[in-house]
Amino acid sequence: MKHIDEYRDKELVDKLVSQIGKELTRPWTLMEICGGQTHSIMKYGLLDLLPEAITMVHGPGCPVCVTPVEFIDKAVALSLRAGTILASFGDMLRVPGPSNDLLRARAQGGDVRIVFSPLDAVDLAAGNPDKQVVFFAVGFETTAPAVALAIRQAELKEINNFRVLVAHVLVPPAMRALLSNPDIRLDGFLAAGHVCTVMGYEEYIPIAEEFQVPMAVTGFEPVDILLGIQKTLHMLEKGIVGVENAYPRSVKQEGNLKARELLKQVFEPVDRNWRGIGSIPLSGFRLREHYDRFDAGTLPGLEGIHASESGPCIAGEILTGIRKPHECSAFGKLCTPEKPLGAPMVSSEGACAAYYKYPCP
Amino acid sequence: MNPDPKSEPVCPIPKSDYEHVLLAHGGGGKLTRQLIEKMFYAELGNEYLTRGHDGAFLPSPGQTLAFTTDSFVVDPIFFPGGNIGDLAINGTVNDLACCGAIPRYISLGFILEEGLPMAELWEIVKSIRKAAHKAGVHIVTGDTKVVGKGKGDKIFINTSGIGEVMEGTSIGPEQCRPGDVVLINGTIADHGIAIISKREGLGFETSVRSDTASLNAMITDVLGKYKSVHVLRDPTRGGLASALNEISEASQTGIVLHEDRIGVSESVRGACEIMGFDPLYIANEGKMLLIVPREDAQGVLEKLKSHPEGKEAAIIGEVTGDHPGMVRLKTTIGTTRIVDMISGEQLPRIC
Repeated sequence: MKHIDEYRDKELVDKLVSQIGKELTRPWTLMEICGGQTHSIMKYGLLDLLPEAITMVHGPGCPVCVTPVEFIDKAVALSLRAGTILASFGDMLRVPGPSNDLLRARAQGGDVRIVFSPLDAVDLAAGNPDKQVVFFAVGFETTAPAVALAIRQAELKEINNFRVLVAHVLVPPAMRALLSNPDIRLDGFLAAGHVCTVMGYEEYIPIAEEFQVPMAVTGFEPVDILLGIQKTLHMLEKGIVGVENAYPRSVKQEGNLKARELLKQVFEPVDRNWRGIGSIPLSGFRLREHYDRFDAGTLPGLEGIHASESGPCIAGEILTGIRKPHECSAFGKLCTPEKPLGAPMVSSEGACAAYYKYPCP
Repeated sequence: MNPDPKSEPVCPIPKSDYEHVLLAHGGGGKLTRQLIEKMFYAELGNEYLTRGHDGAFLPSPGQTLAFTTDSFVVDPIFFPGGNIGDLAINGTVNDLACCGAIPRYISLGFILEEGLPMAELWEIVKSIRKAAHKAGVHIVTGDTKVVGKGKGDKIFINTSGIGEVMEGTSIGPEQCRPGDVVLINGTIADHGIAIISKREGLGFETSVRSDTASLNAMITDVLGKYKSVHVLRDPTRGGLASALNEISEASQTGIVLHEDRIGVSESVRGACEIMGFDPLYIANEGKMLLIVPREDAQGVLEKLKSHPEGKEAAIIGEVTGDHPGMVRLKTTIGTTRIVDMISGEQLPRIC
């Protein structure tokens, strides 16, 4: 398949691995931000190809993993409400909340629909004028523009039975939080290619400089990931600090200006609690006042929901790269995709799911 | 022998006083009778079925029989490449083929939801006739129940099937041996993607069609020459990965697959990339995995390729003595990873 196969090419992979090996003079620890990259690394067995001196740690870039539990409880409560349809990305359905998840809510009679795009949820609202349709808006800067567009469309078409439960989170504040944490030692970052496609990478340059950590904007196929690693290593070995673009077929320095403008119009930054990690200043989005009437968070009955995490799950340490999934005592025993204790075990971008699904031979 | 005297039918829906299925159609009275006679006997009738008895009398072939049962609850009931009717026949026929049996007789149990358009039921019955005709099986007994609106989902079909096991064959997952070779008769994941593409809310445009097909003619042909076939398995729900995991578990052998030899159509790959699905775990309805001794692999491959359902057949892997109970995949970039059983259903990802 065009645009895919050439980035899964064995010759290119071998060439990059050999370049990495040649340039390496000492051990380095790199973090890939995005869970999609973690899954590619595990799916293609890239750790087996890399020299032992390179340690890859897995970052917090799993949108459903960091969605705070109280949002899951709110979504479950909404789905079980008579006359309400809860529309969500499929990934979110299995993510365990403190007492329930959306798959089980559906089995209990909740109206939960999987959609591909928030725009499909607007259509759902238009087709069900007697129902309240709530879209569960999770994800990073990647999914937020489509949500903003959906809200603008609902406004334009005067669809008044459409609301959004906004749980969006932002990458750069999370990177700052990770780099400020004395327990976490990182030499370099692979920045998330999809997020940078929307936002560009200008805002990463001051972070790289402040914390003296080089970064490469990186894609998701084996060749992309190895190229990101190679570029970051090159900077580390040469003592260069900066942000390199290793995903130029998708990412421009300024990003997608239209999408950024749309985000600015619809959302404003807000302090956000990250599941397993804690509160990070200005790391989330909420709707601007003008769009209040589309906010599902203000629906009556949700005020009392303030759930908190409990149990043996160490998702916070997994999501910040302090520990690896197989270092958790519950991994594969108490905690499996069928009976997850935490979100990283069920999400298609969760590190625990990646280790479980693609065990090392 | 061809059990169906009719050639290609161009049948209008039989004259019916009702445009939709009513509860009374399952009540056992006149309407039930009318439904059976006008729709089921008219299309599916044969010497066994039309006796109208509580059960069918079948001549005993005096050899080992294979017996299977299956239920079909697919949503949507019409999908690109087929519908629940031909799916039910093909699925049952293929289960019998997996036993090394020549499929002979099938029973049909319909559970209809009140309000099902009669025209849709007629379409389904016509597809059943066509599929049974192609596979050479008789529908010999059946049952119809109607449940109230909202108590079912349009139509469910339960089947049973009986086939005669071909002499000299010994087929089962435990027969898989180190040194054997794994073959499949074509591309994977077409059925699952065709269904998902039509499911409400996920209506993305794709040209993917279900691969639903009866494979008994192809398999009978293979077994006619190669009695040595060790395993036959149709990788339906759970896909190729789940079927091979079951086989490696049952035989305590290892299975190594080669990613670059497993056919996946461009459209299916595209849909899987978008949704974050792995085609190895997606359902097939017209595919057969064959595990055969290495010396017969080439011959079996050629036999498969001589049938329309096996045009794109390929050798995709081999059986090893090491890593018992484990399926491994050699990736296109030369690394190896474990292909585990699926956990729950695959859900479309976020980004």
